[in-house]
Amino acid sequence: METRGTRIGLWLWAALVFAFLWIPLAIMAVYAFNSSNIQSWPIPGFTTKWFSEAWHDREVRDALWLSVRAGLLATAVALVLGSLAAFGLARARFFGRDSISFLFVLPIALPGIITGLALNSFLVLWGVSFSMWTIVIGHATFCVVVVYNNVIARLRRTSGSFFEASADLGATGFQTFRYVTLPVVGTALVAGALLAFALSWDEIVVTYFTAGAQNTLPLLLFGFIRQGQNLPIVNAIALVVIVVSAIPVYIAQRLTSDPGSGRP
Amino acid sequence: MATDPALLTEGSPRGGALRSVSRFSWRRPGLKTFGQISAPVAAFVFVYVAALVALLIKGFWTTDSFTGKVVRSWNLDNFRTIADAPYPTIVLRTLGIAAAVTVTCMVLAFPYAYFLVRVASPRLRLVLLVATVLPLWVSYLVRVYSWRLILNPDGALNWVLNGLGLPDLNIAYTNWAMWLVFTYIWFPFMVLPVYAALERIPYSYVEASADLGGRGLTTLRRVILPLAIPGLAAGSIFTFSLTLGDYIAPSLVGGPGSSLIGTVVFDNLGLANNAPFAAAFATVPLAIMAVYLVLMKRLGAFESL
Repeated sequence: METRGTRIGLWLWAALVFAFLWIPLAIMAVYAFNSSNIQSWPIPGFTTKWFSEAWHDREVRDALWLSVRAGLLATAVALVLGSLAAFGLARARFFGRDSISFLFVLPIALPGIITGLALNSFLVLWGVSFSMWTIVIGHATFCVVVVYNNVIARLRRTSGSFFEASADLGATGFQTFRYVTLPVVGTALVAGALLAFALSWDEIVVTYFTAGAQNTLPLLLFGFIRQGQNLPIVNAIALVVIVVSAIPVYIAQRLTSDPGSGRP
Repeated sequence: MATDPALLTEGSPRGGALRSVSRFSWRRPGLKTFGQISAPVAAFVFVYVAALVALLIKGFWTTDSFTGKVVRSWNLDNFRTIADAPYPTIVLRTLGIAAAVTVTCMVLAFPYAYFLVRVASPRLRLVLLVATVLPLWVSYLVRVYSWRLILNPDGALNWVLNGLGLPDLNIAYTNWAMWLVFTYIWFPFMVLPVYAALERIPYSYVEASADLGGRGLTTLRRVILPLAIPGLAAGSIFTFSLTLGDYIAPSLVGGPGSSLIGTVVFDNLGLANNAPFAAAFATVPLAIMAVYLVLMKRLGAFESL
């Protein structure tokens, strides 16, 4: 029913929005190869030296290592708690169920600064000193919901008769879990874990409040950018951060939405 | 499956204990559910909810201005200070920018989502949806920083403008820059619910409207837009809430006169070393969001989240 003019207008609009979304990232990527250490456009020439300089920077390495460890641990915690919550709530009907599911969603519904400041107040109140573990706790709060959402969505799409049939055929609960449940939710678990890691990997709002004096990679970048230091290295790391978070998200997207592999 | 040897052996000889546990949990689904959710619920209640309570309590304490230590005496001083200058201005500025960002995102997202639903081929739709969501997961910090490079006086924006024969536009470190950057980073949150709302409108509604003599614009205004409102409301929850709590964008692309609610909280925890006031001030966005959520619920936002 749209007229030709409307359709052309919509095409143009979509193209503009797409450009708005992606041109800044493309520009960012080009700056990573800037041969000058003055950040002006267009860049005078290309170099890859900032990547090796970043790689050999002690501070950057420490931050990278901390980000990776905290991300993996937060993902592990999220996998356990998120999938337990999803299994428990997928089919159960009881009073307070909605409040409990709301509880898990709260960390992403509230502004990050509130989660961050709340955890900070809590840790200070109990005299807990900041360490990698406090970062893990902060990240786990919002990573749990990612795993939870992925697994519960998959369980809801799976017919309950699968599990009943397994029990009718004489399987114990553990066999049902191993041979029916796990194959059904497997890709959802992997996708949830990948997304949780991607979230943790570049989180900064909550991390700032739970890290104390430690630097994760985003916190290090934030400090450099604010002080205007090491900007060529910042550009190089920024590109690496983009790529490292985009890859798991892309794989997760394929795992959950591809009609071929997503079928339970 | 029955031919799987592992299954056969696992079932019979050492099945006694396992079998009784699983039989027990099958008969008492309530206990099974309890066993599954108790660990995550306990973790959330004893850490997350307890932390929110700690935040509230801390708002009633004060900082000794001499020693810089937190004094645990109950009073309402922090909440009274919120009404003192410059805080009301900061709250209003934050609300203004959050509203501007929300409206801009709606204006950008509606035609875009409409294009995805009605014009794009299924393949293009999938590609564009992924291309819209992917930036959400790409580092938020990096996306803010990319605008700092672009808006820089020597940056890409002025290069393009000069190329077109236009004068420089120096909006780096202003409220305009914050408006632009917030629009950029929260835009995908608006597209998804609006897309979902538009996708649910049956095409027959549009045809019925046309049969009854409704022209394109009439159909848009009287049929499509009203049905898209829950989606727009759902998207606005994100754009609004996220702007209220942000301190990264103001500190990277905002200027000296662009403190937001998030900036005040951030500065009081760090530089000013007044954690109780930061905690009290953090209840402001919490209260605003509570009101906002009630309003949006009336528009049907929760059904299209």
